[in-house]
Amino acid sequence: MTREIAVVAFAQTDHRRSTDDLSEVEMLMPVLHEVLDRTGLRTADIGFTCSGSSDYLAGRAFSFTLALDGVGAWPPISESHVEMDGAWALYEAWTKLLTGDADTALVYAYGKSSPGSLRDVLTRQLDPYYVAPLWPDSVALAALQAQALIDAHETDEPALAAVAARSRATDNPHAQLRGPVPHGDYVVRPLRTGDCPPIGDGAAAVILAAGDRARELCERPAWIRGIDHRIEPHSLGVRDLTDSPSTRLAAEKAGAFERPVDTAELHAPFTAQEIVLRKALRLDDTVRVNPSGGALAANPVMAAGLIRLGEAAAAIHRGEADRALAHATSGPCLQQNLVAVLEGDPR
Amino acid sequence: MPEVLRAPLVVEFPFTRSLGPVQSAFLTGLRERVVLGVRTTDGRVLVPPVEYDPVTADELRDLVEVAPTGTVTTWAWNPHPRPGQPLATPFAWVLVRLDGADTSLLHVLDAPGPDSVRTGMRVRVRWAATRTGAITDIACFDPYGGAPAQPSGSTGEFADPVTGIVTPARLDYTYTPGRAQSAYLDALAEHRTVGERCPQCRKVYVPPRGACPTCGVATTEQVEVGPRGTVTTFCIVNIKARNLDIEVPYVYAHIALDGAGLALHGRIAGIPYDQVRMGLRVEPVWTEGARHPDHYRPTGEPDADYDTYRELL
Ligand SMILES: [Zn+2]
Repeated sequence: MTREIAVVAFAQTDHRRSTDDLSEVEMLMPVLHEVLDRTGLRTADIGFTCSGSSDYLAGRAFSFTLALDGVGAWPPISESHVEMDGAWALYEAWTKLLTGDADTALVYAYGKSSPGSLRDVLTRQLDPYYVAPLWPDSVALAALQAQALIDAHETDEPALAAVAARSRATDNPHAQLRGPVPHGDYVVRPLRTGDCPPIGDGAAAVILAAGDRARELCERPAWIRGIDHRIEPHSLGVRDLTDSPSTRLAAEKAGAFERPVDTAELHAPFTAQEIVLRKALRLDDTVRVNPSGGALAANPVMAAGLIRLGEAAAAIHRGEADRALAHATSGPCLQQNLVAVLEGDPR
Repeated sequence: MPEVLRAPLVVEFPFTRSLGPVQSAFLTGLRERVVLGVRTTDGRVLVPPVEYDPVTADELRDLVEVAPTGTVTTWAWNPHPRPGQPLATPFAWVLVRLDGADTSLLHVLDAPGPDSVRTGMRVRVRWAATRTGAITDIACFDPYGGAPAQPSGSTGEFADPVTGIVTPARLDYTYTPGRAQSAYLDALAEHRTVGERCPQCRKVYVPPRGACPTCGVATTEQVEVGPRGTVTTFCIVNIKARNLDIEVPYVYAHIALDGAGLALHGRIAGIPYDQVRMGLRVEPVWTEGARHPDHYRPTGEPDADYDTYRELL
């Protein structure tokens, strides 16, 4: 029998350009406390803990082990880490709960991009033989994708600017970039500063719970009806950059196309990527897309995908959504994609 | 709030990788000014070549030479080249489908400005003057008005094939230690050791990391510890470390400073190495201008009773 598993709580930091007054654990810990407080749980009550982060961001080896101090991991807890966005940590935790090994899970993610040069740091995730020696930065690769979309007449620069403006019109108090933001000069043409996500530091955490435990901990749990993740071939030149077959497949496997969703939280760090995702996910104008502002309003790397899942769940908790889609991405030009479908009980 | 401490942090490493048969042939080919692709089981030619088909996962070994000329499939103008990128003047990133290939290669195009670049434009490889068997053996692409260049007739077999690559990588960071460690370092600058006490379990962490790993809460109350302490355990180092100007053998020890809830580590000197023992009472020795104790030396006090430090082992 498949267990019902829900997101029962979500918390995130106020995302900032720099948190140089705080270590990673000092930045993360308040979010862990907040998400635990929402459920009344303590660390000792949590069956499984899983985190997502990357040592390359701040240049600190094994930084995730220090971050564990904030959980209270002694005596030893059942714990795991992915060197990926926290959305994939959530996937691992969901799997763990499905096995019946645990009834509750704490999932968290954090990223401090401010100590380094993020555009250059991200080149180190690329193919080391053919690509990384050229140091193609994250904006350059996203710009190649944007130009491919413009060439295919799927978008144009004004439409991209509109995505940016709509995203930043959010009232999300945690956002780093809100309100009218100049669209700016070309960073790498055709992408302007406004088409790019803000660079900053932040953290997020969610709690998952199974079955009746979820109902005890949350008035309206956000049930994970399906979740799946898929990947594109790793060579950019093999892909059709105007499409995202991996997103479409993940959505299909997650059951996203079985019934319409009312809300979608998409992890599209660059404006043009929202165009690709809307097409792959068949989202029309009736769907509220990124009421949180998405990654264009705050993009703490390694946490921004988990935040999409958290925001979608929180909309269900608040009764603002009944069936929501959450998407997370990793790698250049939407390389890897995770899709989850969340539902609240009928009201 | 006190001023944030900062220090440059450089992470530098050579990425050393061995090559499989297809990557080896491709990179050796570049050294010899030949571009090779690989043919998939359904007849498509992948450039750059990979060892397994991205769709079917078939093992691919059928190397095919393609032309050094091709067509831009998408591009992006980079007005501000960054360190490590192939050109130091503004250029276009391009995906290029070489003549004879079915997929595109990522590289850069040397062009006078964005108005001279478009998707569909024809380009030609500019070879690097010095070639070593790396993707950077292609210096860049140049705009090209001629007919598709003819392949050289290479079989894909070369003398002295490249079997590995070394890609240097350097990332520059600005390290900031955060609240707790900054307070620790500020005190250390005054030759004082200040830990932090957990508000729940009362343990004093030295150096403090900002959180109690047992309780998962912030440690906030600052507590000066030491300067004297007790050797809880130790080892004798017999191998000289590179760049370390200390004669072997010497003793490296865990030292529980008086008042601390856990031991830190340091070198013991001022006593023959074979006379260091658990329970030995020590104190820090500072050298002029140092940011931390150079070593610890015996205080001359009687040894500490085992029960006073057994929980700190
Ligand atoms: Zn404690």
